Amino acid sequence: MTALKYHVVSLPGALARAVLGVFEAPMRALQRVLGVPRIGWAFVAPNLIILGLFTFLPIAINFYYAFTGGVQLYPRERPFTGLENLATLFQCTNYLDPSTCNKDLFWRAIYNTAWFALLQVGLMVLFSLVTALVLNRKILGRGFFRGVFFYPVLLSPVVVALMWKWVLQREGVLNALLQSAGVTGVQWLNDASWAFFWSVFVSIWAHMGFYTLILLAGLQAIPADLYEAAQMDHASPWRSLTRITLPLLMPNLLVVVVLALIRAVQVFDEIFVLTGGGPGSATLFIVQFIYQTAFAESIRLYGIAAAASLVLALTLLVLTLVQLRISRAAVEGGGGRRDA
Amino acid sequence: MPKLGELLTATRGRGRLDWTDWLSYGYLALGVLLMFGPVLWLVLSSFKTPAALTEFPPRLLPYGQAMVKVEGQPEALPLYRAKLPNGSTSEMVELRRIGIQATMIDPKHPDEQVQVNIRDRQPVREFHLATENYVDIFGKFDFGRFLWNSVFITVVATLITLLFNAMAAFALSKYRFSGQRSVFLLILATLMIPPTIVLVPNFLVVSELGLLNSLWGVIWPAVATPTGVFLLRQYMLTLPDELIDAARMDHASEWRIFWRIILPLSAPALAVLAIFSIMWRWNDFLWPLIVLSRTENFTLQLALNAFQGELTTQWNYLLAMTVLTLLPVTLVFAFLQRYITTGIASAGIK
Repeated sequence: MTALKYHVVSLPGALARAVLGVFEAPMRALQRVLGVPRIGWAFVAPNLIILGLFTFLPIAINFYYAFTGGVQLYPRERPFTGLENLATLFQCTNYLDPSTCNKDLFWRAIYNTAWFALLQVGLMVLFSLVTALVLNRKILGRGFFRGVFFYPVLLSPVVVALMWKWVLQREGVLNALLQSAGVTGVQWLNDASWAFFWSVFVSIWAHMGFYTLILLAGLQAIPADLYEAAQMDHASPWRSLTRITLPLLMPNLLVVVVLALIRAVQVFDEIFVLTGGGPGSATLFIVQFIYQTAFAESIRLYGIAAAASLVLALTLLVLTLVQLRISRAAVEGGGGRRDA
Repeated sequence: MPKLGELLTATRGRGRLDWTDWLSYGYLALGVLLMFGPVLWLVLSSFKTPAALTEFPPRLLPYGQAMVKVEGQPEALPLYRAKLPNGSTSEMVELRRIGIQATMIDPKHPDEQVQVNIRDRQPVREFHLATENYVDIFGKFDFGRFLWNSVFITVVATLITLLFNAMAAFALSKYRFSGQRSVFLLILATLMIPPTIVLVPNFLVVSELGLLNSLWGVIWPAVATPTGVFLLRQYMLTLPDELIDAARMDHASEWRIFWRIILPLSAPALAVLAIFSIMWRWNDFLWPLIVLSRTENFTLQLALNAFQGELTTQWNYLLAMTVLTLLPVTLVFAFLQRYITTGIASAGIK
């Protein structure tokens, strides 16, 4: 018994001592060369090298890919084509009708993504808000209910998709329930409109717990004395909601909307496993278009994919700048009150 | 009992539930059904036999064909409720079947064989957990390999993430060196660059480093998380500088100060980052999908995705694999729910 205990306790300790020993000698030597404040560079170096290799360098290379053509992966073998890739993507006789475009799938993906983002974010924020308001009441088992709504956030997108695929399949439990209610079953994922509906639904199901949690934190930061004052003045609950809760929650709501938009524009995992982008291109979104163009086709058009990435990056940049603006406004405006 | 009643009605400081309370509880009950229902259905289904899975409408609980051991027969035989030629109905086991004629015997009189048309009999069902679904996936699909790949990526990437992010956070919170502010802004700026927009060039970088089809090709690009650096830096800023000064007096090297003083004191923040990193890496999908193309390198998520195309006729295995993939995250959540939810509420990260 004592022997077992000894092992359990000493293993992390031994590991820690080993790591300390391995790094201490070179770091001590570096410290002698650099001096104390500049040794900081040695501490940030690993993180910076990784970021440089896998984030900053790729941004530069992405531009190179976007402005060169061909199917080669190696940059030197790619001929310079200037704006040709972007021009190909934007070659349309009528921008409102994807079938008149050279890259019709790109435009379908753009329209699908726009609709998806609008519907998913709007409905999700609405449900998150309602759930947060309900969870903010004095109810029994609040921790349990909060956990229930949050649990799907942790599940992997693949698991979420397979779970719903199993529920929605032709002889699945949903159709069985409908049948017992006297309604004929539907092949949910083989119908374009239903497949889109379920993409939005499953995505909301999987992510709303996260936004509920953020909004709940915002609600709990609203000082209780405001509600007491409202009660003294015989304000109706509805009036307290529209005059106290919503205005004070507005900064959080805006942050949540933008954050959700940034995520929705990049939707891929769940939907790719759930519908594969189909039927046809009914649930094809922009990230899947990039993935397919660059990695899943026999002719890999890296240039087109990189150009589409630029369009996505620009969208995200705009959204992020909006978010930064809003959070700064929130810190300057509502922040003082929340700290009180 | 009156205590319980008091507890149930103790809302809004008044004596009884008003209609808004009923509405709230109704909403939450519906939420529980909608959020947990599919998960419960998945788990129940994963214990069903292939025959039970094709049943429509499906039963809630897993039922299987009842099997009976009959004297004189080497193996257990399937039990049916059969209509006999003499018009009576009796529970019989099937000995063998040719076409639509089944040779059946009564378990109590194993010597008398009866010919029954298969339309005149119904299988007898009993509650049966098809645990073989879970056992078979290890033998049939190399599930252990995918599990190992996922565990390896998750553990190694999390350890490196903790080390690198803590080092950077230490430098950014406890030193004043020229260029420090730019470094901090540079790391923060990467928050704005999601991996989805650099897929193609990252593929080139990883393949140039010889990491294609290697688990390290998934690990390295993921370890320098800006969220982690930010989270740890904010925490380390609250640690008193006097500790560091005292250690310097004792001639401790800067690395020793980091390893022996700062890291242990940052344990709460490191724990939060560790939980997040484990969830991120365990659930990763798009990047591994691009980097790992050989089956033997697949993570659990990739294996599930690959099998869902091939195994649509073998849902029993697919469901069992899905449940095993969701199990670790569920356990982490069950035990660490409080830390996860407060971590998210305060840091706003996912």
